[in-house]
Amino acid sequence: MQIKKNIAVSETGFVFNPTTGDSYSLNQVGQEILGHLGENRSPAEITSLMTSTYDIDPPSFEKYFFDFISMLRQFELLDEENEN
Amino acid sequence: MKTKITVALTGLNNTDNPGPGVPVIRGIRDSKEFDPRIIGLAYENLEPAIYMDGIVDKTYQVPYPSEGSDVLLQRILDIHEKDPIDVLIPNFDAELYAFMRSEKILEKAGIKTFLPTLEQFEERHKSNLPEFGERYGLSVPFSKPIMRIDEIETLKDDFEYPLMVKGKFYDAFLAYNEEQVRMNYNKISAKWGLPVIIQEFIKGTEVNVVALGDGEGNTIGAVPMRKHYITDKGKAWSGVTLDDPKLLDLTNKIIKAMKWRGGMELELVKSNKNELFIIEINPRIPAWVYLAVGAGQNLPEALVKLALGEEVKPYTSYEVGTMFVRYSYDLITNLKEFEKLSTLGEL
Repeated sequence: MQIKKNIAVSETGFVFNPTTGDSYSLNQVGQEILGHLGENRSPAEITSLMTSTYDIDPPSFEKYFFDFISMLRQFELLDEENEN
Repeated sequence: MKTKITVALTGLNNTDNPGPGVPVIRGIRDSKEFDPRIIGLAYENLEPAIYMDGIVDKTYQVPYPSEGSDVLLQRILDIHEKDPIDVLIPNFDAELYAFMRSEKILEKAGIKTFLPTLEQFEERHKSNLPEFGERYGLSVPFSKPIMRIDEIETLKDDFEYPLMVKGKFYDAFLAYNEEQVRMNYNKISAKWGLPVIIQEFIKGTEVNVVALGDGEGNTIGAVPMRKHYITDKGKAWSGVTLDDPKLLDLTNKIIKAMKWRGGMELELVKSNKNELFIIEINPRIPAWVYLAVGAGQNLPEALVKLALGEEVKPYTSYEVGTMFVRYSYDLITNLKEFEKLSTLGEL
């Protein structure tokens, strides 16, 4: 699960999709998750990293995480073609 | 050293329904090769560019093409006699026919243009779009020109509501029922004449491409844009350049197939299934062309070079993510200026 290569994410969390022209703002947690996705980490790894950093249990985190992922998919930000 | 050149152009109406004159002038003025003198050709005496600083050097009033192509042509030739014009850039769809027809006369007088041919102009006409799509294997929404108001009640046989009601040159309205089609038919036909075009509504995202063809099938430049904000007149108030190879491939395909000559604007809708539909092909540079200049492709300058018969190297890149935002501005001028243009026909 990776973000498309041409998607630009700035240090301030501004996301620009140059194919559609859409732009979005991410909060700190969203930026961290996108960072982990960029490093090609699996959902299990991301869950483990995030639950060790923040005060949240894995089932609750996964609920929000997969909700976030479906939002990225809906906005066509995920690189579905090159997924294994 | 820069080459001195006099360019005359129309489209000075930088209003809420802007013409391309001002951005085209800005592009030409940005040129590192030309030292331009700009002659503005105004149809109305309140077109803002007439009064804007640093835009036009001289303005002449010209008659509307509806008063007759010959009257307009004669006025241009009269202006040329006392204030010689090197290149003429018409910026309105509605006047193009008159200038295309007069291209040889203008050329003989020493005025250069770089316009589409009459065949190209007709082929991409809104009312001919279905045949155009079929001929070149392009996706276009189903459309039908209508000439009589009583044809509206039969539209339900061919279309599903909502549908688009369009003027042959400008204006487009979404209509959800027969009554709205009738209302828009009357509004459009009174303004732009007949036929009125009925077009299938494609749900999706509107994207546009400004491009320049050299008349030999080559694309000199092309920049795609997505409108960020659209005014109630359907005009872009803000937009951003895109990185979408599919849009550029489609543009190149059209320019190559048609051997398009001159500026063009492709209006497309990307459907929810990511399919591109051609909604319109406008036969001139659009009012947002300065975005292309800002992104690295000075298409107005390239157009002038093509008109002069110079060799122009195609642009191969542009800055993705370049944005424009329009603004309105209260320009203060003296009534004397307005009076001069109104009474003498020049300023």
